[in-house]
Amino acid sequence: MKEYRTISQVAGPLLFVEKTEPVGYGELVNITLADGSTKRGQVLDTSKDVVVVQVFEGTRGIDTSSAVRFTGDIVRLNCSQDMLGRILSGAGDPIDGGPKIIPEERREIIGAAINPYARTYPREFIQTGISAIDGMNTLVRGQKLPIFSGSGLPHNDIALQVARQAKVRGSGEEFAVIFAAMGITNEEAYQFMKDFERTGALERAVVFLNLADDPAIERLLTPRMALTAAEFLAYEYDLHILVILTDMTNYCEALREISAAREEVPGRRGYPGYMYTDLATIYERAGRIQGRKGTITQMPILTMPGDDITHPIPDLTGYITEGQVVLSRELHAKGIYPPIDVLPSLSRLMKEGIGEGLTRDDHVQWNDQMYAAYAEGVDLRGLVAIVGEEALSERDRRFLRFADEFERRFVQQGRYEDRSIEETLDLGWELLAMLRESDLTKIETKYIEKYHPAHKKKAEAEA
Amino acid sequence: MEVGMKGEVYRVSGPLVVAEGIKPRMYDVCRVGEEGLMGEVVGLVGVKTLIQVYEDTSGIKPGDVVENTGMPLSVELGPGLIRSFYDGIQRPLPALKESSGDFISRGIQAPGLSRTAEWEFKPTVKKGDKVSGGEIIGTVQETDVVEHRILVPPKISGIITEIYEGKFKVEDTVAVLDNGTELKLYHKWPVREARPYQEKLPPVIPLMTGQRILDTFFPVAKGGTAAIPGPFGSGKTVTQHQLAKWSDTEIVVYIGCGERGNEMTEVLEEFPELMDPKTGKPLMERTVLIANTSNMPVAAREASVYTGITIAEYFRDMGYDVAVQADSTSRWAEAMREISGRLEEMPGEEGYPAYLASRLAEFYERAGRVKTLNGEVGSVTVVGAVSPPGGDFSEPVTQNTLRIVKVFWALDAKLAARRHFPAINWLQSYSLYLDVLSDWFKDNVSAEFIELRRWAMEVLQEEANLQEIVQLVGSDALPDSQRVLLEVARYIREFYLQQYAYHPVDTYCSFQKQYDMLKGIKELNDIFYKALEAGRLVTEIEEVEGKEDFERSKLEEDYKPKLEAAIEKIKKALLG
Repeated sequence: MKEYRTISQVAGPLLFVEKTEPVGYGELVNITLADGSTKRGQVLDTSKDVVVVQVFEGTRGIDTSSAVRFTGDIVRLNCSQDMLGRILSGAGDPIDGGPKIIPEERREIIGAAINPYARTYPREFIQTGISAIDGMNTLVRGQKLPIFSGSGLPHNDIALQVARQAKVRGSGEEFAVIFAAMGITNEEAYQFMKDFERTGALERAVVFLNLADDPAIERLLTPRMALTAAEFLAYEYDLHILVILTDMTNYCEALREISAAREEVPGRRGYPGYMYTDLATIYERAGRIQGRKGTITQMPILTMPGDDITHPIPDLTGYITEGQVVLSRELHAKGIYPPIDVLPSLSRLMKEGIGEGLTRDDHVQWNDQMYAAYAEGVDLRGLVAIVGEEALSERDRRFLRFADEFERRFVQQGRYEDRSIEETLDLGWELLAMLRESDLTKIETKYIEKYHPAHKKKAEAEA
Repeated sequence: MEVGMKGEVYRVSGPLVVAEGIKPRMYDVCRVGEEGLMGEVVGLVGVKTLIQVYEDTSGIKPGDVVENTGMPLSVELGPGLIRSFYDGIQRPLPALKESSGDFISRGIQAPGLSRTAEWEFKPTVKKGDKVSGGEIIGTVQETDVVEHRILVPPKISGIITEIYEGKFKVEDTVAVLDNGTELKLYHKWPVREARPYQEKLPPVIPLMTGQRILDTFFPVAKGGTAAIPGPFGSGKTVTQHQLAKWSDTEIVVYIGCGERGNEMTEVLEEFPELMDPKTGKPLMERTVLIANTSNMPVAAREASVYTGITIAEYFRDMGYDVAVQADSTSRWAEAMREISGRLEEMPGEEGYPAYLASRLAEFYERAGRVKTLNGEVGSVTVVGAVSPPGGDFSEPVTQNTLRIVKVFWALDAKLAARRHFPAINWLQSYSLYLDVLSDWFKDNVSAEFIELRRWAMEVLQEEANLQEIVQLVGSDALPDSQRVLLEVARYIREFYLQQYAYHPVDTYCSFQKQYDMLKGIKELNDIFYKALEAGRLVTEIEEVEGKEDFERSKLEEDYKPKLEAAIEKIKKALLG
């Protein structure tokens, strides 16, 4: 393998190398510094005159006499079943002091696109034990459902709670968790690791850690490493995988940094025009494939800069993922955990994952009714602020009270409280009982008679 | 091999490859590297050729071979299109799965039409007949509902010297012309070139979609264009799926352009199960699907809308009505932007290339109701979804689209958050076809229908005005007649405009049912005002008995008796 000492320019994370033999696009590059240490990079642009290399560990210490070697290979991850229980760096090397991972397979981290013809539509209900998710925005196996959060909100607690409690009922199959941290602080990482260790979840987890003080460019690899591990375990070992990616905002910042260094034409707010495609190559790796047992469910977390849902990062994410769980600063300030604002939240796949035989027969109409009632109550709050509660009609007051109770009793729950779907639905019925039956226009009479607390009580009394 | 057909790679930057040593024309297809990755020429600079490659270029090196095919990007048009599931450059995805497994690997080639399938060809012309481009020489019953008419390729004409009948594969010759031209069951057509026709005709027939808000208030004509812009989660894709399911056209071409893989899977699983209300056969029997999902190569995404519209034009040329759903044109525009960025072109607004507007206009202009070359009448209706960043309609793709299309269905995140679906904002949306279609409505539905529509829209407008006051002082402060108006508006919104896409009955609503429902609301309106005059309280009207029966009647297969009974019940309760 030839070694080149022909670096002509270093700009931010990029190296420009001249007078090389033909180099392949996307090739992995090793750079040896004057002090003998090495760094890795990847070819971003190749031509007969100059090759552009992006350096994952940052270009600090590199001088024009550093040695550059092109490996002729692309970036790969050492995959093995023994990855479970291990902590790896953002670039896939063990950092838990344990032995090296002996690869069963060295997989390319750029996953090929799943043929849409080979997919199966996700339908299996995942019970997370969180009412605002299970009842209102149901998660199914093979879905990609992000959490849109803001700085200072308890998104990590929610992710951990989901990781802890998620199960497909009646199957007894547990999830293996792949946790990829990008640019999160040591403190946050510690919180995750402590919880994983304490609950014994680490045994069924693979952790990829790229912390805030690790090189930003390495973050571009981390989610791809994590998803490669997920695909390996799901498709070779038939495991059901839950992938948690946190924080995608940091990933996008790294993407913007590279784009700026390459002097590309910027899109919105300086993010590159190809960010949608780039994010899609990460998120679309969730799913189910015909004839394969394992599945990949994704829960990416991102913090919306300035709580702005129209910012390019949440915006492009929302266009790719199958819904979103949105956290609200207002609910958080009211002391409600989890502060999930159900109105802008959405699960696109829930309609196929709920109802008779999946969750419960009343779930679909129950969901419509709960949404409509809560939305009406929230609207009325705006009115109360102007005219006072006295000016409201009797009916309006019922909906107003419903909205309050919905937040205090239904959304609010403990960090370790694991509600079954029946508990969630019954709790919802208790709240709906605060309204008149004639207000429940979205539910058919047969379900009202079956599940409405007043009818249930009557039926019990008769029995 | 001709000189200048083979050259080598000079530079690789993502999907953009720069080659030397070939002398192609613009938009010629080239093959890059040993794997023969397909690409299209998008620029010529001195001796260098800029090629956008439809597949991942990892591993391609300077010096690798580049071959010019000398042909523009084309699709194969012939029997076998219906029920197909293609990627953006007409490779059948089932065939790709067979050859490369569950993941799409690179450099696979697969013809758009099966070479082994046999089709029963029945000639409709005989020896000695003079035929010219676009004329029908025979038919193939492709599916239970689609009769595939075999056309003479445009630009070709002559006298038939041989014509055969029987079972043929697409590459077999079925007719020979006096100039020696052999006609096969299929021909190729370059995707970026609109197929010719005799003349455009005015669009005067509505496209019936079975969606109340669309058909009644904002109809699109057959051969017309419509755009559905909306933020994520507002129901663009569900609306597009509904249109693909229930539009009363003979053929539907659905283009999933840069969207989610699971959405295409949903269509694929659902369409063979759903029955077309007109023919009683599965919807798949008239559908062509094109999927270039967001994670598939971006250059092929750019090509996918052209592939789709060319196939649509081909069926139009047979004399059919065709509906094209493009979800989403924003992803197509982004693909253009991405490639333009790689070409280092001077950007226009928000980084989009300056030719964005003209490309969009070119695409939508391929829609239309036409007199085909063979004298039949066919149409292509195009409905494009737009995904504006942050739901902001002032961005370039939405704005440039609105300058071209005649119908605007504005999706509204606020309605969606309230689970009011379809979340189409009735105050913002418009249709410029209302006037030209009114004659059709008068002749085919009822003259009263147009009046009812006008009345309902007026009520909704008035409601919006009153809501502003209600926001400030509460509804109790309004006079009784206005409170009744609010109540009537609520019926229009909840009973009429809201439609459950996933309810087996409500998912599709015929014109007759639309008319009956709207008329029902008008009757209630008259009863309410009479009751008010007779001294009834507004609260009695608001909570009148029979209200729930009325609202649920639309969910019944046999809705009419229930609807009438509910009106009767309400009338009795209020007027005695």
